[in-house]
Amino acid sequence: MAMRALQRLWNFVRRMSGDDAYERYLEHWRVHHAADGGQPLSRQAFFKAEQERKWNGVRRCC
Amino acid sequence: MSAANDARPRPLTPLGMLLWFAVALTGAAAVGGIALHRGESINSLWFIVAAICVYAIGYRFYSAFIAAKVLVIDPTRATPAERFNDGRDFVPTNKWIVFGHHFAAIAGPGPLIGPTLAAQFGYLPGTLWILIGAVLGGCVQDFVILFFSTRRNGRSLGQMARHELGPVGGIAALLGVMTIMIILIAVLGLVVVNAMKHSPWATSTVAATIPIAILIGLYMRNIRPGRVLEGSLLGLALLLFAVWGGGWIDHQPALRGWFDYEGPDLALMVIGYGFAAAVLPVWLLLAPRDYLSTFMKLGTIIALAIAIVVLRPDIKMPALTQFIDGTGPIFGGTLFPFVFITIACGAISGFHALISSGTTPKLLSNERDMRMIGYGGMMMESFVAIMAMIAATVLDPGVFFAINSPAGVVGAEPAAAVAMISSWGFPVTVEQMETLAREMGEATLFARTGGAPSLAVGMASIFASAFGAGLLAMWYHFAIMFEALFILTTLDAGTRVARFMLQDMLGNVIPALGRTSWYPGVLLTSGVVVAAWGYFLYMGTIDPLGGINSLWPLFGISNQMLAAIALCVATTILIKSRKARYAWVTVVPLTWLVTITSSAAWIKLFSPEVGIGFIAKANDLAAKLGAGSIPPEKIAQTQQIIFNQRLDALLTMLFLVLTWVLVIDTLRVSLRVLRGRAHPPLSEAPHEPTRLVEDWVRD
Repeated sequence: MAMRALQRLWNFVRRMSGDDAYERYLEHWRVHHAADGGQPLSRQAFFKAEQERKWNGVRRCC
Repeated sequence: MSAANDARPRPLTPLGMLLWFAVALTGAAAVGGIALHRGESINSLWFIVAAICVYAIGYRFYSAFIAAKVLVIDPTRATPAERFNDGRDFVPTNKWIVFGHHFAAIAGPGPLIGPTLAAQFGYLPGTLWILIGAVLGGCVQDFVILFFSTRRNGRSLGQMARHELGPVGGIAALLGVMTIMIILIAVLGLVVVNAMKHSPWATSTVAATIPIAILIGLYMRNIRPGRVLEGSLLGLALLLFAVWGGGWIDHQPALRGWFDYEGPDLALMVIGYGFAAAVLPVWLLLAPRDYLSTFMKLGTIIALAIAIVVLRPDIKMPALTQFIDGTGPIFGGTLFPFVFITIACGAISGFHALISSGTTPKLLSNERDMRMIGYGGMMMESFVAIMAMIAATVLDPGVFFAINSPAGVVGAEPAAAVAMISSWGFPVTVEQMETLAREMGEATLFARTGGAPSLAVGMASIFASAFGAGLLAMWYHFAIMFEALFILTTLDAGTRVARFMLQDMLGNVIPALGRTSWYPGVLLTSGVVVAAWGYFLYMGTIDPLGGINSLWPLFGISNQMLAAIALCVATTILIKSRKARYAWVTVVPLTWLVTITSSAAWIKLFSPEVGIGFIAKANDLAAKLGAGSIPPEKIAQTQQIIFNQRLDALLTMLFLVLTWVLVIDTLRVSLRVLRGRAHPPLSEAPHEPTRLVEDWVRD
């Protein structure tokens, strides 16, 4: 019970911080784009693209 | 509609009614206790209890009313995140995660600084405004804008203004956002500069955050790509080490000179840094700095809340001070309207409308989540403002005024300053200030304007009492580092956003400048943006009154003006959706905002008092210059200050005109709707039923 709560907290922290972003991307790619052929982005390329996308707008406030 | 799908809260059971009656009674007692207390000191627990009860009632009843009756939230409707799910911008996300992202985005340094400055009126006006303004104004704004943007596929505030009001509203909104960004960055930069002035410890610690962020950026990109948590933890450890290292440098006579600067020099460094941060790739500096500042921000806010609850320090500031008459040393102006301008973030902040439109709506998995994220997120920020108010008012009022009063008001000599402050009825001695400065590891704490040093002294004394005394200097510089870290993040991110907007505008004229990939264009537009805020920042540092004096009200007016723009858009949409009978929900805060921004702008423009009116100050200096009573070495500087006061007046005028253009445009469109004339149509996206199977546990 306590272990499950800890696991959920850990998942929450990873999701909040974007630590699991690449895993989620792979999952998304497998479901939606794998059929089109090609390869998913590497971890490094994905991270770079993701940062560029994220900071293309108002992200932080006063 | 099944019970599980119903957004409306369940009707109250008799037991529930009893419980909420008790909450209301406790809240009323706490607010009444704060308001009517007249004596030596009052315990801060009263503030916490009052805040929690007010928020609880506002959330349970008012936000439920808005959700069910005014907006008519529809949990069966598919959100943009579901309809356009692309795994990137649009992603249906668990509501707690969205809440976390939303809160991290809206909570910046604003709610920490505004209440600190507004404490010059005493603890009562600011506290009441933070509570009432949030529950009836700020939370409502964030909630309704989140809703309207979600119903419009996540459009931004500017786009909504253009679609719902027409081109005039759209241009006014865009101009408003640009100018508020420039003023915001300048004033926040000034806060950091004032915290670092002649403090080798603070300067070296803040400087160290730059290489640390770059190191973490390289780590997360090349060494361990995408390992955000690992990188951030490493960075946090390095930041704590930097706080300690700054203390070490401060004790090395050979090294400390390298980090000991005057305000204007530091301003130039911040400007150079801002330009570098704007043109470097985001992964190198901006993104890692943001990771670190978000962790630091959430951690410190939670620690402060725990410390205040555990410690329950006594508030030493009186409920009201004599400065409600407008003679305050920190900023000029009477209680009305300046307390409402000084505390923008924490009560109602127009900037939030930019996060609530555009960013957060693209993550919502169900409309039902909006109430907690929009209304609840702002409640949390308001609570941060209450904590800042507590941290400012636990200081002896004499100490508070000694730290925050500019030398131009109380005199540069410590003996003169304490005599002046004591004569106001807030006793303080030179020895007391010297001891405090020594304990905090600073050379002096006199005239450290901007709010950051006094907040850091307050936080350090709270943290040291709660988590171990004897480390006051470490806690003080930790607090300074914490504030500087996310002020600099706002500075980087804000410069970038202002650059995008400028590129967008210029791109209409010269297409090449609009391309974000064309490097000369990026350099040019970044340079223009940095020069704009850099100018105000630099002028702030050479202003004898410390700059915060004139810049903070300008920031408050512009931020409240942006809130007025957002509420204008929201009111128009409500009226177009045949909800005119509920339009008071946005019209009441809108009327209040227009009243306070207009009167504050008017006073800043035309007040004959030199300490308040921009034009009066410029004329006064010009007269002195003409009479030859300015020493020759100060003539050039005085001319700059005169120009700057006139520029401030011009900006204030611009804000005033923009606000009224928007208000009149809103009235025009609303009247056309009510009379059945032609008007821009409602731009709501069509209804599509949700198909999402919720695989996560809801509350």
